[in-house]
Amino acid sequence: MKSTPLSSISQPSGRTLPGLDLFMQLSRSLLLPVIGILLFLFIWFNGARMIHTSLGEFPGPVQVWEQTTNLVAEHQQEHQREQDFYARQEVRNAQTLAANPEAKVTIRPYTGKPTFLDQIVTSLVTVLSGFVLASLIAIPLGILIGLNESVYAAVNPLIQLFKPVSPLAWLPLVTMVVSAVYVSQDPAFSKSFLTSMFTVLLCCLWPTVINTAVGVANVSKDLLNVSQVLRLGVLTHVFKIIVPASLPLMFTGLRLSLGIAWMVLIAAEMLAQSPGLGKFVWDEFQNGSSNSLGRIMVAVLAIGLIGFMLDRSMLFLQRKVSWDKNAIMR
Amino acid sequence: MKKYLQLSEVSIDFPIPKGLFRALDKVSLDIAQGEFVSLIGHSGCGKSTVLNIVAGLHQATEGGVLLEDREVNAPGPERAVVFQNHSLLPWLTAYENVELAVKQVFKGKKSKAEMREWIIHNLDLVQMTHALDKRPDEISGGMKQRVGIARALAMEPKVLLMDEPFGALDALTRAHLQDSLMEIHADLGNTVIMITHDVDEAVLLSDRIVMMTNGPAATIGEILHIDLERPRKRVELAGDARYNHFRQAVLSFLYERQRKVEDFGAQKKAHEHEHEAVAAPLKVSAAK
Repeated sequence: MKSTPLSSISQPSGRTLPGLDLFMQLSRSLLLPVIGILLFLFIWFNGARMIHTSLGEFPGPVQVWEQTTNLVAEHQQEHQREQDFYARQEVRNAQTLAANPEAKVTIRPYTGKPTFLDQIVTSLVTVLSGFVLASLIAIPLGILIGLNESVYAAVNPLIQLFKPVSPLAWLPLVTMVVSAVYVSQDPAFSKSFLTSMFTVLLCCLWPTVINTAVGVANVSKDLLNVSQVLRLGVLTHVFKIIVPASLPLMFTGLRLSLGIAWMVLIAAEMLAQSPGLGKFVWDEFQNGSSNSLGRIMVAVLAIGLIGFMLDRSMLFLQRKVSWDKNAIMR
Repeated sequence: MKKYLQLSEVSIDFPIPKGLFRALDKVSLDIAQGEFVSLIGHSGCGKSTVLNIVAGLHQATEGGVLLEDREVNAPGPERAVVFQNHSLLPWLTAYENVELAVKQVFKGKKSKAEMREWIIHNLDLVQMTHALDKRPDEISGGMKQRVGIARALAMEPKVLLMDEPFGALDALTRAHLQDSLMEIHADLGNTVIMITHDVDEAVLLSDRIVMMTNGPAATIGEILHIDLERPRKRVELAGDARYNHFRQAVLSFLYERQRKVEDFGAQKKAHEHEHEAVAAPLKVSAAK
């Protein structure tokens, strides 16, 4: 915000105004969010002490911070153990080979428990695979539906029917189908990964399909006339006119989809016990130690933070791709 | 007169809930090559519909359009349209907007370098070479319309169709663009059909003014030949008796014989202000 000329005229001591402006700006972008977070921590700290569960006190900020450092430390220990494990094997193999050059040596894979950080990586990979695959289906489908009213009429009831379906309803079906269909001697992907991924895919298709279709159907008549007068071919028409024109709504759909994908994934992992953050939460819940609730709270915060960062990265991508740099994006 | 573009008994019906609405009824018009024809009439009289039928964006229900003795039934770049609201693609620069048209029309006929030269040449015709890399939201309304004209000219159209090309511009910008258009028309000898609400614009630019009756079932009311010699200078013409006679003729058609009857109150008011409207034609164009 700039100081208006009017205020600098009306106030002779207008020199202090830019300073005030800077203060206002800083307070809006920094001070107020910090106040909000501090207020939340205060309420959390005091509220948590009042809740007593069978696993002890509800975790407050302090316990959560302790568990965060614990989880990171555990990850480092586990990682060290893994490295040691492989190092020992190599030494042993080298000795065997030295004694007998003909000997067959193998490296056994490490079978330690995945740590919190490993689970985060697993979840991220799963959600992004599901989301990318869903987008690859949803965007062309949305464009087709938006371009052609007959296709829209045919597909719309199905979209409306499947859109509200909870991921948990799909999960058993997906699990069974993956087990039945994906049979291979040397699987490239684990079945649990595929189950989670397809569940995510089925749930996060719809916002992108719908928003893309709406964007495409609402491309300005003038631009369509231009395309007609130029006799653009179908592909040129789609890539030069339709896609750029519907990009803003397409991205709205993609961001909604990614948000849904992340929520769905956690639930699916919990229910199906497939590796990931959801399983971590469930395992801790079953574990029931005095640290469990704190560790679950760490996971909750991590899930939120990752969801936020996923959304921001989509926004960043939209800014990169979009032609309308003036559009307000939040 | 050699017939270049022929509209023969063109009628069009639009479906409405109660049946069919006849928007145009038996519009017949022959246009010679290189002629500049304006369509003038009140809002809703179907001027744009005539233009869209020639463009191929609408299909006539009866009758048809012939261009060089071939029937028009689909849009095509040989009948380029300059749209009222420029219709540039907002994600492309001025250069790229023209390029899209040039690539489409001259694919395989011009080399890359020739295309580039042709694009620049057309942007130069409308004096827009200084803004090649500007996007539509970075230039003024008048500039956008210039680029729109450049895009249409770059298609080397047989007929240039202009749908109120300067309607959304302020009076000064409009005058500049009218002058540019007159120069371009003198140089290239395009055949032009232009829709306008502006009586001065019509008289200044046209060889003929086609005056349309009010709808429904609108048709051609009168055709006025403007045989003022070219080049025409707006300042000199302002005092020219013939120019004023033509203007008077159009105004009396629009405001006496084809007065738009909105409702009784408006009609009474229009009657009171009729004299004023004739005296102040600028007001007419501003009040469209």
